[in-house]
Amino acid sequence: MSERPGDTGNRTPGQDRDAGGREDDLDRRRKELDAAILARRPAAGEKDRADGSSGMAGIGNALKLSSEFIAGIVVGAAIGWIIDRLAGTSPFGLVVFLLLGFGAGVLNALRSAGLITQAGIRSSGKDEGGSGRK
Amino acid sequence: MANDPIHQFQISRWVPIEIGGLDFSFTNSSAFMVATVVAAGGFLYLSTASRGLVPSRMQSVAEMSYEFVANMLRDAAGSQGMRFFPLVFSLFMFVLFANLFGMFPYFFTVTSHIIVTFALALLVIGTVIVYGFMKHGFGFLKLFVPEGVPGILVPLVVAIEVISFLSRPISLSVRLFANMLAGHITLKVFAGFVTSLGAMGAIGIGGAILPLAMTVALTGLEFLVAFLQAYVFAVLTCMYLNDALHPGH
Repeated sequence: MSERPGDTGNRTPGQDRDAGGREDDLDRRRKELDAAILARRPAAGEKDRADGSSGMAGIGNALKLSSEFIAGIVVGAAIGWIIDRLAGTSPFGLVVFLLLGFGAGVLNALRSAGLITQAGIRSSGKDEGGSGRK
Repeated sequence: MANDPIHQFQISRWVPIEIGGLDFSFTNSSAFMVATVVAAGGFLYLSTASRGLVPSRMQSVAEMSYEFVANMLRDAAGSQGMRFFPLVFSLFMFVLFANLFGMFPYFFTVTSHIIVTFALALLVIGTVIVYGFMKHGFGFLKLFVPEGVPGILVPLVVAIEVISFLSRPISLSVRLFANMLAGHITLKVFAGFVTSLGAMGAIGIGGAILPLAMTVALTGLEFLVAFLQAYVFAVLTCMYLNDALHPGH
């Protein structure tokens, strides 16, 4: 993911894109967004990536991501279970909230890995959804 | 006991106290928490007591830890976030000293118990929620509604965001606890290999060199982990506090 800005950088200098000004505009906006995201990405992500690439320190990275993912599922399941207990809707609360918990877990893990921006940063570029689509 | 890697995490009551049927005993865990606070506080107090314009060695260590946390907080939450500096700095120093205390042989590792780390994480999230509602009122709930989401998807996204928010204290506490627990167990198991191999005679002693080297390497790694986990805990605290200061932007 960290090579994404460089990636677009390689592609954009192609000057032969006179055909679609819209395309150029999109490219420019995407590049701006990438730069903005890169600038605002928390230092923690970069540091972790730097020393988490190989060896024993990779275990720390793995532990971090798995704890994020599992926490989402556990909380989702717990909420579903409590709703079932209180409302007597067993097992539908558990089913629905377990699935939502999976969603939250994936979101947590992607955020923690720096693949999706933090919640607050999302609105900085006005290209809605562009940052979250990956 | 010698080969039981879990034994080091056992809680023992030093001064049994019982109030109203609840157990308030002063345990070895409590003792090491007190020791952690005393050591961290004493270190900062004594090292800055001389207030030299040109800092001594210890004073510059204390100043470095201040600068380190202050920069971290300023980067993550802006200069407004500096009002939370006492909280973040205390948390960082507590976790760091507790982790490093755990590296002494025969010492108890406070942060290897999930109830301790979970209480710290609840303190952080409680601060975020209370301060967020105090400052923004119900505008704090915008944190859960990202901009630019199609209307139909909003309930789904909000549900996922809420669950994601609620899972923060769990992942925060589990990460610190699991790192310390796993590290200490690994260390103990490898060190146990040395003694059990060494008991097997000449060949065993030759073979024991490998786990011994591993134990030495792991000890170094554990010191790194002790620092890194305190750092991660503080960084995540800063990021969550940022949400309380600027929900949804």
